[in-house]
Amino acid sequence: MLLEVKNLSKEFDGLRALDRVSFSAEEGEILGIIGPNGAGKTTLFNIVSGIYPPTGGEIFFQGRSLLHLKPHQISRLGVGRTFQIVRPFLNLDVETNILVASGHRFYPNLLNSIAPFRKGEILEEVRRLIERAGLQSYAHQLTKTLPLGIKKRVEIARALALHPRLLLLDEPSGGLRFEESIQLMDLIRQIAEQGIGVLLIEHNMHVVMDLCRRIVVLDHGSKIAEGTPEEIRSNPRVIEAYLGKEG
Amino acid sequence: MISGYLITILITITIYAMLAHSLNIITGRAGQISLGHSAFFGIGAYASALFYTRTGLSFWISVPLGTILAGMVGALLGIPCLRVRDDFLAITTMGIVFVVEAIFLYLPFFGGAMGIGGIDLPKWFGREMTKPEYFVLIFIVLILLLLLDRRLERSWLGLAWSSIREDEVAAGAMGVDIVRFKVIAFILGSAIAGLAGGFYAHFLTFIMPQNFGFGQSIVILCMVVFGGIGTRWGPIVGAIILGILPEISRPIMEYRTFLYGLLLVAMMRFQPGGLLGEESVLPRFFRRIGSSLKKSN
Repeated sequence: MLLEVKNLSKEFDGLRALDRVSFSAEEGEILGIIGPNGAGKTTLFNIVSGIYPPTGGEIFFQGRSLLHLKPHQISRLGVGRTFQIVRPFLNLDVETNILVASGHRFYPNLLNSIAPFRKGEILEEVRRLIERAGLQSYAHQLTKTLPLGIKKRVEIARALALHPRLLLLDEPSGGLRFEESIQLMDLIRQIAEQGIGVLLIEHNMHVVMDLCRRIVVLDHGSKIAEGTPEEIRSNPRVIEAYLGKEG
Repeated sequence: MISGYLITILITITIYAMLAHSLNIITGRAGQISLGHSAFFGIGAYASALFYTRTGLSFWISVPLGTILAGMVGALLGIPCLRVRDDFLAITTMGIVFVVEAIFLYLPFFGGAMGIGGIDLPKWFGREMTKPEYFVLIFIVLILLLLLDRRLERSWLGLAWSSIREDEVAAGAMGVDIVRFKVIAFILGSAIAGLAGGFYAHFLTFIMPQNFGFGQSIVILCMVVFGGIGTRWGPIVGAIILGILPEISRPIMEYRTFLYGLLLVAMMRFQPGGLLGEESVLPRFFRRIGSSLKKSN
């Protein structure tokens, strides 16, 4: 099992953002996580990536507990992520953005970390990632000058530089034009084909139903359903929570 | 022969350049605002003055000891600062400078308001250094520090600092240990400020708490902001210009803090990148000249 989440709960000042959520994900699987606004999807990602601790429950990544680990430790174990509201390093160019993540191997040791970074194999690898994400023509532009769709690609390429086993993608197609989101879906599919597990938060139902073989549905912090796209589509609780009660 | 007056200005400016450079490591490279930088300048100056006058250690040992001590205190005080950000960090670091100044002023061990005297210029070849020689010494040290800065900017450490400056949350998610790299910036910046303090003490030959007060912190910050925060040469240029201005005109000297404050506000409003900032008027102007020269060739 790549990722196992057990009874995960999170309270913010009395507000239950997550309530005993459990699920698991396998290598090479794209697991969809859907739910209306405020369902706790991003909170779930923030807890798995160590930004804040859960109030209760457990998380195991490749059998290892992620509780009490800091974000940098979790990312170095092989958990990459993107952000719902993109957070590229705005005043660095695309290549340098990705290099920041490549550095995860050098940061733990002081002697390694004073070596020059724009060099050799690492730079080759970053250029391959740039190519793979289709960012060749933007490599030396500051990310603040780039449109949203490109920024989202930069975030994915940056997360891939961590050599992740698990990738948390928070609404990668949000705010994108149709063609852009199609291209992005191809990229995500390729990533999963390499054996990387992907957790995908997504509002676009076409995208989720197309990419994922399994979907977890959250509503008001609780898991209300889990299953194949067909099961989810016909689940009355999901329809009620997600689309609202009819008539 | 260079006049004594000129050499005094040169030494003072070199020391200020060193200070501005050291604050730039913390504020420019790692993006952590500090209003307490003069405290570490003072710790370095007092430590090397005390080692020199009380224990009889030579300049060559007392100044490095003061540097190390300032770096250690920087690490110690840096730790509580790591838990806070932005405006809270500004207030916390401001608090540090008042505490340190008060300790120098009220503990008799540190000489109180009278300060510490009897600190001399270093000796070499069996005699005391002349002021021009002293200038050459600290100028070489400044060059070495700038070479180190260039090396670090191109290293993983420098890249980690940039990522923290840009976005701490994203940096953490990319494997950057935020606490570790912030502490390294605080240690390095504080140690270099301490080194400048040692040079300052041995040049002035007596030091007082007022030399290291809050006003001094603001002067250093002004130099960094005016020259170009986060650039290598900006803080140096800032130190040179703001160091020379009061010397060439008496009225400027009298209204120094007033003018520096005004300058800080004006720079923030019209040229936040400083004189040498990436998107500021001067570099753009030179780039344009550069590219038109290339075309005409």
